[in-house]
Amino acid sequence: MADALLQVDNLGKRFGGFVALDGINLSVQPGERVGLIGPNGSGKSTLVNCMCGTLQNESGTVRFDGHEMNGLAAHERTHRGMARSFQLPRPFVTLTVAENLRIPLLYTAHTRSGRHLSQQESADRCEELAGLVGLSAKANKLPRDLTQVEMRKLELARAMAADPKLLIADEAMAGLSQSEVTDIVELLIKLNERGITIILIEHIMRAVMSFSQRLVVLVSGKKIADGPPQEVVSHPEVIGAYLGQ
Amino acid sequence: MRALLFYIGCIIVGGLFFAFAQWLGNDYLFFAGYTVLQFVVLATAWNILGGYCGYVNFGSAAFFALGAYSSVALHKLGANVDRYFPDWLSGLAHTIMPLNIPTLIVIGGIVSGLVGLGTGYLTLRLRGAFFAIATLALAVVLQTLIVNWDFVGGSRGAYIIRPAEVPILGNYIQYLFLVMLVLSVVAIAIARIIEQSRLGYGFATIRDDEIAAEACGVPTLRLKLIATTISGALMGMAGAPFPYYIGYLEPSSAFGLAYAVNSIAMPMIGGTTSWVGPLVGALLLGTLQQVATVTISSAVNLLIVGLLLIGFVIVAPRGIVGLVQEFMRERASDQGQPTWRSRLATFANMRPGAR
Repeated sequence: MADALLQVDNLGKRFGGFVALDGINLSVQPGERVGLIGPNGSGKSTLVNCMCGTLQNESGTVRFDGHEMNGLAAHERTHRGMARSFQLPRPFVTLTVAENLRIPLLYTAHTRSGRHLSQQESADRCEELAGLVGLSAKANKLPRDLTQVEMRKLELARAMAADPKLLIADEAMAGLSQSEVTDIVELLIKLNERGITIILIEHIMRAVMSFSQRLVVLVSGKKIADGPPQEVVSHPEVIGAYLGQ
Repeated sequence: MRALLFYIGCIIVGGLFFAFAQWLGNDYLFFAGYTVLQFVVLATAWNILGGYCGYVNFGSAAFFALGAYSSVALHKLGANVDRYFPDWLSGLAHTIMPLNIPTLIVIGGIVSGLVGLGTGYLTLRLRGAFFAIATLALAVVLQTLIVNWDFVGGSRGAYIIRPAEVPILGNYIQYLFLVMLVLSVVAIAIARIIEQSRLGYGFATIRDDEIAAEACGVPTLRLKLIATTISGALMGMAGAPFPYYIGYLEPSSAFGLAYAVNSIAMPMIGGTTSWVGPLVGALLLGTLQQVATVTISSAVNLLIVGLLLIGFVIVAPRGIVGLVQEFMRERASDQGQPTWRSRLATFANMRPGAR
């Protein structure tokens, strides 16, 4: 599939003697909504880290938007249109919420569009993003004044601020209430409708099932299933991995 | 508009200070003032890497000494043109040497800036204590090199005979003071520009979380190299006129502990988040040290610094600027019109939107 947005081939990563990822193949088409699930320690976050350049993979290749990504630093991958949120929120603690959102605008959005945003444009965009995730009222607060849930929203908004082609949301909904999960899923679907490809890593099955068009399952660093969500969750190997045999 | 006001303010304050010192007619005031201003530059330079980026540099003395020794080397070359230059160059060398102080400052800045760039490149994978230790090691290595470099005097040190007079001002110490005053304003202006630019936001993300910064598209490596270069260059610039000020330079004084400790302590006491912090810290601590040197003893200097640093780390970890901010913010009303208190609170830490 030459026109895939993201093409991961035979990706491998070890930590010392521990094989974290073992020959992962994954291809994501433009505009797709992919769910990535797997038990704790199965290598989901490592896969994200390798795709985004936070970690460098030892074997295999990552191609994004027709470009080879191996060896590129994380910020270069972000500039090409890959954005991620972190599983544990990593806000810039000395900057306000609005300033947090402004960083990707300053460093990525302008590189992508080829020109600097004006003061007004970036202020407007910050406000829009904060409004999108319901943080408008706290735009001038420091991250330490936010609740855990709000920090997750900030994390997601900051990834969106980079104006990505591919958004990788690493457990953006952990700890959120039912209605908040619904809100975030709706938000992600809305983003997807605007043309952003999304990979969602999540433990909340209700969210994953309602969001994903395709489900990928990782277990112990190997991909064991890839297909339509309903089929995948009834796959005997997947059930075995989650419930034990 | 605000920037213009800032520069006008700088010129007025600097000019008033100079006029006041001249009116008193006491050269010692210039002599002591030079040291204080030198620490303003050093503290501001340290804060660009240490405060904005969060990389603690224990090797400030090395960059300072490098600037000073590049001046010594150039002074020696200038004093013995016929000996060190081939015939075809000596004519040219005679016309440009001896170099004046501003040129020496630029050269010292370039030398230290390049070393800063190199240091940044070698140590960029180190964080926290490891980076600090590496900078300390750099200072030791450089000091060893200088001690063994005979041309600049080795461990014996070097005497610098300064010109008796300078054009216009006449008085040499006043001239040096004025040079350092201008340099301080330049350093503070650079720090302030960085703080309010895209670069400053980038530095702040490096301080807070480098991995998240990378994910947001901040080229952390390049920014760190920019920071080490600017910081190193400013320290070298502070050191370049030093041999002319002191008259006799030896490695153990140029690489002295006082420079390393002061350039860390001053921003810490003043507050590291904005350009105001190092300025306040250096003026306060520098003046206090000068007063202590004259009234008590010169050995008390570092004791004062040490005690104040411990006190501030316990009582006000965010420094004087942080203390003022918090005090004013408590008093200022949360909603409604900004009062002079809230204005003062934001003044110290203003970040009127970078582009």
